[in-house]
Amino acid sequence: MKPAPFEYYAPTSVEEALATLQTLGYDGKVLAGGQSLIPAMNFRMARPAALVDLNKVNELFYIKPTSDGGLAIGTMTRDSVVEKDPLVAERFPIVPYVVKHIAHPQIRNRGTFGGAIAHADPAAQIPALSVALNARFLVRKQGGERWVNAEDFFMGPFMTVLEPEEMLAEVVLPPMAKGSGASYQQVSRQKGGYAQAAVISVVVVDENKRCKDARVVLFSVGETPILSQTAPKILVGNVPTAEAIAEVAEKISKEEVDPGTDIHGTAEYRRHLVKVLVRRGLTEAFERAK
Amino acid sequence: MAGKYVHQSILRLEDPELITGNVQFLDDIELPGMLHAAFKRSDYAHARIKSIDVSEARKLPGVIGVYTAEDFGDYIKPGPLQVPPPTAIKGATYVARTTMPIAKDKVRFAGEPVAIVIAESRYIAEDACDLIYVDYEPLEAVVDLEKALQPGSPLVHEDLPSNEAGHVRQERGSWEQAVKEADLVIKRKFFINRNAGAAMENRGIIVQWDKHAKQMTIWCGTQSVIALRNQTAARLGLFESQVRVITPNTGGGFGPKINTSLPDDVLITYLAMKLDRPIKWFEDRRENFLATTSERDQVHYCELAVKRDGTIVGLKDFFYHNTGAYNPYMMTVPLNTQTHTVTNYRVPNFLTEFYVVFTNQMIVTPVRGAGRQYGVFVMERMLDAAARELGMSPVEIRRKNLLPANAYPYYTSIIGQDFVEGVLDSGDYPTSFQKTLELIEYDKFVNEVQPKLRAQGKKVGIGVACFSEGTGVGPYEGARVTVGGNGKVVVTTGYTSQGQAHYTTFAQIVADQLGVDVKDVKVITGDTGYFGWGAGTFASRGITVAGTATHLAAQKVRQKALKLASKILEAPEEELELADGVVRVADIPSKFISLGDLATLANPMRGTMEPGTEPGLEAVAYYGPPYGATGAGAVGLIVEVDPETMQVSLEKMAFVHDCGTPVNPMVVDGQIHGGIQMGIGDAFYEELIYDENGQLVTASFMDYLFPQATDMPKKLVLGHMETPSPLNPLGIKGVGEAGAIPIPSVFTQAVENALQETGVEFDRDTLSPSRIFTYVQQAKGA
Ligand SMILES: Cc1cc2nc3c(=O)[nH]c(=O)nc-3n(C[C@H](O)[C@H](O)[C@H](O)COP(=O)(O)OP(=O)(O)OC[C@H]3O[C@@H](n4cnc5c(N)ncnc54)[C@H](O)[C@@H]3O)c2cc1C
Repeated sequence: MKPAPFEYYAPTSVEEALATLQTLGYDGKVLAGGQSLIPAMNFRMARPAALVDLNKVNELFYIKPTSDGGLAIGTMTRDSVVEKDPLVAERFPIVPYVVKHIAHPQIRNRGTFGGAIAHADPAAQIPALSVALNARFLVRKQGGERWVNAEDFFMGPFMTVLEPEEMLAEVVLPPMAKGSGASYQQVSRQKGGYAQAAVISVVVVDENKRCKDARVVLFSVGETPILSQTAPKILVGNVPTAEAIAEVAEKISKEEVDPGTDIHGTAEYRRHLVKVLVRRGLTEAFERAK
Repeated sequence: MAGKYVHQSILRLEDPELITGNVQFLDDIELPGMLHAAFKRSDYAHARIKSIDVSEARKLPGVIGVYTAEDFGDYIKPGPLQVPPPTAIKGATYVARTTMPIAKDKVRFAGEPVAIVIAESRYIAEDACDLIYVDYEPLEAVVDLEKALQPGSPLVHEDLPSNEAGHVRQERGSWEQAVKEADLVIKRKFFINRNAGAAMENRGIIVQWDKHAKQMTIWCGTQSVIALRNQTAARLGLFESQVRVITPNTGGGFGPKINTSLPDDVLITYLAMKLDRPIKWFEDRRENFLATTSERDQVHYCELAVKRDGTIVGLKDFFYHNTGAYNPYMMTVPLNTQTHTVTNYRVPNFLTEFYVVFTNQMIVTPVRGAGRQYGVFVMERMLDAAARELGMSPVEIRRKNLLPANAYPYYTSIIGQDFVEGVLDSGDYPTSFQKTLELIEYDKFVNEVQPKLRAQGKKVGIGVACFSEGTGVGPYEGARVTVGGNGKVVVTTGYTSQGQAHYTTFAQIVADQLGVDVKDVKVITGDTGYFGWGAGTFASRGITVAGTATHLAAQKVRQKALKLASKILEAPEEELELADGVVRVADIPSKFISLGDLATLANPMRGTMEPGTEPGLEAVAYYGPPYGATGAGAVGLIVEVDPETMQVSLEKMAFVHDCGTPVNPMVVDGQIHGGIQMGIGDAFYEELIYDENGQLVTASFMDYLFPQATDMPKKLVLGHMETPSPLNPLGIKGVGEAGAIPIPSVFTQAVENALQETGVEFDRDTLSPSRIFTYVQQAKGA
């Protein structure tokens, strides 16, 4: 369990990091918190020729309020910092709650918010969270940048729209709408373990408790985070009833997810979990919506 | 039996150094010029090796050597049996196919070594492994335990007529008779899965050969320094005295580290000598999962003959036991299963029979519990099934059949892992059962709490199970106790430690005998340079066997001290007492001599010695029990199951245990806590899964789930009982494995009880929520 040989670069500025990535092309790989990349290298499942370590790039570690009431998070911000930040808790109470479910404190102390997104593990919380919160990502390369919506970012398991010379630099969370409520439901075998099925629900209601928006994101039950199309179709415009929620849960579990059978659970069980968790999640989100 | 120290919960003497990191573990050891080893391991579970190309690997800078079986010549042969065959059992048959240090011609499990690389660093060694190309001819793998014995199955060992590795049948009374007497015969089949014995620290070894002194030193976290020394010496043609094995502090053993003559020690001792440089090898976690040793899967076909009132008239248990690709440990594990099936209950007629089966999987050797938990699982499951069919409560049927308190010694007629008839030396099973029911508040739960919670839609359930643990078996252990000129005491033993608190508990025993402060007793374990006799750390025998030897040696030293002091102080021995590090005349406080001065006087440098005396305040003693001391107890568990997700929450556990005299009750509690956690792993999480090609699917902690602190019961109450063993002077029985033994039984029963209305019945361990869900779906469908 030792990695294959690799070259190591430790830039101290974004410019330097981007230049290094540009030069290395397909040979280069960003090292963020290393909590996914290093184990993969130790197993020799990943054999990057060169690592570009962002841990000394101070300008990538930050949480800043945006003027519209949202947040901008530098890619290297550690999970544990996001988890404990008062501004995050105030503007997006769902975020620290979800982040707490990632692994164990030691791993959250190293793992980064942006790293989790770039890694695009179908069982990871932060990619799904970014979809549920309608996040936007700033992607930079030498001499250029682009903005990508979370929804358009994830291409498949461990696959994103990032090119080898590109780097995820910042995650922007737009403000939560008035009347919104959120919930997180997950089932995993053990505390800190990857979810067997999980759902993040963010709903918005009007003054009459009618549903204005319902973003229900499933993960660990398909190749990428899955933004439910069914939920808004059935719920928006109506006061959510238990029956409507049950119908959404039933439909999502039957039509929108594609869990596989693995050593910890059968596909049937995980589909069943989706139904239960969507029901519990939407119920809780609507209760919280104000 | 209590003393100033024995039976007291003093803090562990070794902890301050461990906690502050002032100790040495194997991987801390760096020697000048040290090389590093890595194994190239088979990707296939079963394949013929057509050729191995190591030429590129040899060219890699930093590589010292790359070796395959061919390069070792005659040195490569199957290792010795670690445990003899059970010839004491009439009719037992067996074949021995022991571990190959490195695969020759054929690989028999995925992860078996095919080459070893020695290089300047572990990194380079692993890079070189990537450059070794092996041409395999894949063969169909033998994976399924039952199919393995069917005609036409591929053969793990082609020189044998089948995959059968052995067969044992033991009977007491007559099963045939039991069937005649029974009102009802209940039949069930059970599957028990395979677990790892994952210690926090993996296997590892460092070997140094001093060509001038002609002396080999081995540092290794082994559970048996003596076996490692003797087997190494025999293999390399050395005297035992030319090989010294030292165990540094070791992070857990749990069974797999008892094995010697595995590839690591066989090859690295040889290569360190050949290359004349020290070599280190440390097993990584993946290797530990793939290719150390693990424990058993078994399939049981069981029949219980009962009277309508629940009285057991007989039990028949027929099972298959998976031994993996080789069987160096012979039949210890299935024999333990056999001897622990009916220990707690009166079962007049008992027929137990098993076949040991070779498969293309990792070698099976004991892991904490060592097969005992599966005998217990089968029995407890059968009692649950009988209770269900007879409409009795699980408590009632157990109470009816428990062995009474006056039954000891109880001769079981079943020969065990130590090749003598199992005898239960002492105990009181009805009382421990009753105590457990009280601690778990069984009646209150069943009559008040459960109905109330069920009415609220909650699925809560309770279980109770009994168990026993044959501990402290022979052959023997020994110890030397020496008082130094400074008045402090050194204890040396060939027994080895992996964290069990021997440095404290052995010291407590000695301090009581010699009247010294326990902190003035230094215990040295597992170093053949200090003490060269003993068998090893297994079967919960440390405190019972080595502890008793220590006690006997301390007693001898005490006699010596009294004798000498009596002369010096001119007072009869009966009037002397040992306390506070001195021998004094009981009534005259001014008349005393310190132990240190006595030790110096006992070792004269000039003059003459009285004939018949031996120098020094030192003695050696050995202890070998006629048979093991049997610990026992019972456990109760309350669970809540989420009716939708089937997540199980362990609400409360009560565990009552009897290990005779607890030398240090706090250490006993620790052993039980750890055992319980391991049992929870067994019941709920841990599972080595092989696919149909014999590939291990769970080769990392990402896939192999291990119980965490957060998985312990929300509330855990321990109860202790003490029925001293008559077998040894301190009345001790072992406790190392107890906690792990009954947990799968009680867990299964409690979850079943929580889901009672579904009618579900479980026939296996490792009940993941998904599995529970599937069982419930099936029960609903049925
Ligand atoms: C025991 C354990 C348990 C875990 N459990 C969970 C869990 O329950 N849920 C969960 O979500 N995660 C879990 N993780 C994963 C952990 O959260 C990961 O560390 C995280 O998902 C990746 O973040 P990182 O900063 O460590 O990235 P790294 O490991 O450094 O990188 C991961 C990948 O992303 C790329 N990358 C990183 N940053 C950038 C960037 N700015 N631009 C471009 N590419 C980049 C890297 O090149 C690499 O390919 C667990 C990890 C461990 C070790």
